[in-house]
Amino acid sequence: MGKTIIDKIWDSHTVRTEDGGRSVLYIDRHYIHEVTSPVAFAGLEKRGINNAGVRVARPAQTTATADHNIPTQNQHLPIEEEQSRRQIETLAENCAAHGITLFGMGHPRQGIVHIIGPEQGFTQPGMTIICGDSHTSTHGAMGAVAFGVGTSEVEMALASQCIIQQKPMSMRITVNGTPPAGVEAKDIILYIISRISASGGTGYFIEFAGEAIRGLSMEGRMTVCNMSIECGARGGIVAPDDVTFDYLKGRPEAPKGADWDAAVERWRQLVSDPDATFDKEYTFDAARIQPMITWGTNPGEAIAIGGRIPASADRKPLTYMGFRSCEKLIGKPVDYVFVGSCTNGRIEDLRLFASLVEGRQRAANVTAWIVPGSKEVERMAREEGLERILNEAGFELRQPGCSACLAMNADKIPAGARCVSTSNRNFEGRQGPGARTHLSGIAVAAAAAVSGTIENPQRIFNR
Amino acid sequence: MIPKFEKLTSRAIPLPIENIDTDQIIPARFLKATERRGFGDNLFRDQRYAPDGCAVPDFPLNDSRYGGEILVASHNFGCGSSREHAAWALFDYGFRVVVSSFFADIFRGNALNNGLLPVEVSERFLGAMFAEISANNNAKFEVDLENQTITILSTRCSERFEIDAYKKKCLLGGLDDVDYLVSLAPEIEAYEKNHESFRNHES
Repeated sequence: MGKTIIDKIWDSHTVRTEDGGRSVLYIDRHYIHEVTSPVAFAGLEKRGINNAGVRVARPAQTTATADHNIPTQNQHLPIEEEQSRRQIETLAENCAAHGITLFGMGHPRQGIVHIIGPEQGFTQPGMTIICGDSHTSTHGAMGAVAFGVGTSEVEMALASQCIIQQKPMSMRITVNGTPPAGVEAKDIILYIISRISASGGTGYFIEFAGEAIRGLSMEGRMTVCNMSIECGARGGIVAPDDVTFDYLKGRPEAPKGADWDAAVERWRQLVSDPDATFDKEYTFDAARIQPMITWGTNPGEAIAIGGRIPASADRKPLTYMGFRSCEKLIGKPVDYVFVGSCTNGRIEDLRLFASLVEGRQRAANVTAWIVPGSKEVERMAREEGLERILNEAGFELRQPGCSACLAMNADKIPAGARCVSTSNRNFEGRQGPGARTHLSGIAVAAAAAVSGTIENPQRIFNR
Repeated sequence: MIPKFEKLTSRAIPLPIENIDTDQIIPARFLKATERRGFGDNLFRDQRYAPDGCAVPDFPLNDSRYGGEILVASHNFGCGSSREHAAWALFDYGFRVVVSSFFADIFRGNALNNGLLPVEVSERFLGAMFAEISANNNAKFEVDLENQTITILSTRCSERFEIDAYKKKCLLGGLDDVDYLVSLAPEIEAYEKNHESFRNHES
């Protein structure tokens, strides 16, 4: 029987199989950040092998960055908030003690962990990749098996370069056809989650396939795979192709010369066999997808921008969001717009946002936070003139970090305020206690930013 | 070492809410500690306490009628962020078992790695548990890991739950994966030698 791409990568990384079927899975690349790693390092140190603790097994295969709790302004100054500063210092101490490369705040290669992995070429096809962060699924866009883990597993990977996991069931989601003009990768994934629900992928690993997925840029594929976890799936993957190789070639950590050619030849084998069977399959038609927006408090509670909240909507999310069932979202006043995060904080996202707001003005009632995903994205945005366009339109480009996606730093949405956000979670309180989050793609966020209300970008921007 | 789990008889606290994500269990602004303890104080923070810091009286954890080491929650418990702090907060508060009709994957693994037992039951049994607590808030439940059963003691109504054989062994023995993986070092090194091509870009 044929193998799926997931089988091929998983099986080739299985060191041994335990009773009951769990795999001791070898991890090629391990990313760490300040929030989910300190307890793992402390755990290593407590372990008594001659009271010297346990060393990090393969420091060269671990890469660290500071992203979750850092401020997005004045990064040249010490972090004011003591606990955040302590976490950042602890990360630096742990990396120094164990010989791990760290891209700390202000470093030219720093950024959100899921932005810099692909951007710097650390993430490559065929790899197994973990990080103590559920959006590690992002890296699957490069043709890797990548998924988020807890801190106990961070400790396992530091200690042994392996974790113990049950191989997930396999799901294939095929999106056929071409989406209408103005429909983004974010709209595709919000549409998929709205159809299969916020728990429809739990227990599965998803291969995204079909013409509409193949037609996406690397950045777009990352947006899709990023939100695999929002339907409960451990991860998502897109089989690598020329789009992948063109993106990766020449990046700092990518193989070079003859190694590159050999790698590409190997990576071309990473496709699901024609006779491979998946535990579950869904097929969607891209032509039916419109710009999407969430109305509720999980990412599955999404509708087309011009649509109405379902009549069957639950009372709890409606109350939290301040809506009634069957209402339209169009015309609702917006207080905040957040552009950024590991979902939509790449250069392509900033290019699109800048191109839409160019020559217009931010609505006076909107506070907008435009946060690049990495120092590299920030540099490009400046050099390409995007920052100038943003400034002229009344926007400010901040400094890279996770920011208002999870509001661990000072970038919090106030209680009751409505935010159109290009991030990945609209959970109650996610962007600050009582904050009301509407997830969307870049164009819907841009339309809200210049209108001050939720609007259809196709109407606002005539495209 | 993780805390051992064999058998527990306890009252239970009902939380009949679906899709409880880990941001609700422990909001991100409380993830700044660099150690595992102390998260219980902020468990369900924004539902347990009003913005002024006063306890919300009808939130089940604040309701003096309820108590115990078992949390009973609706479908899709623990979805969202991978933060293990969610499992730590539940354990630190005093829970040893979470019962739901469906658990998110990462939360389930995190709970098992911290001696907190996730017990997945049918919707019917979950409904019976909620009904039992509602009829008698002193009702007791027995969770038996060895036999993989959960029982409503007053009615002896019982259901079997599934658990991965490896994780069951770990919980019963208080064994932890890190020590085990470290003991596999020679096997892992042998694997690396046989799979150089996957890491030929590594220095």
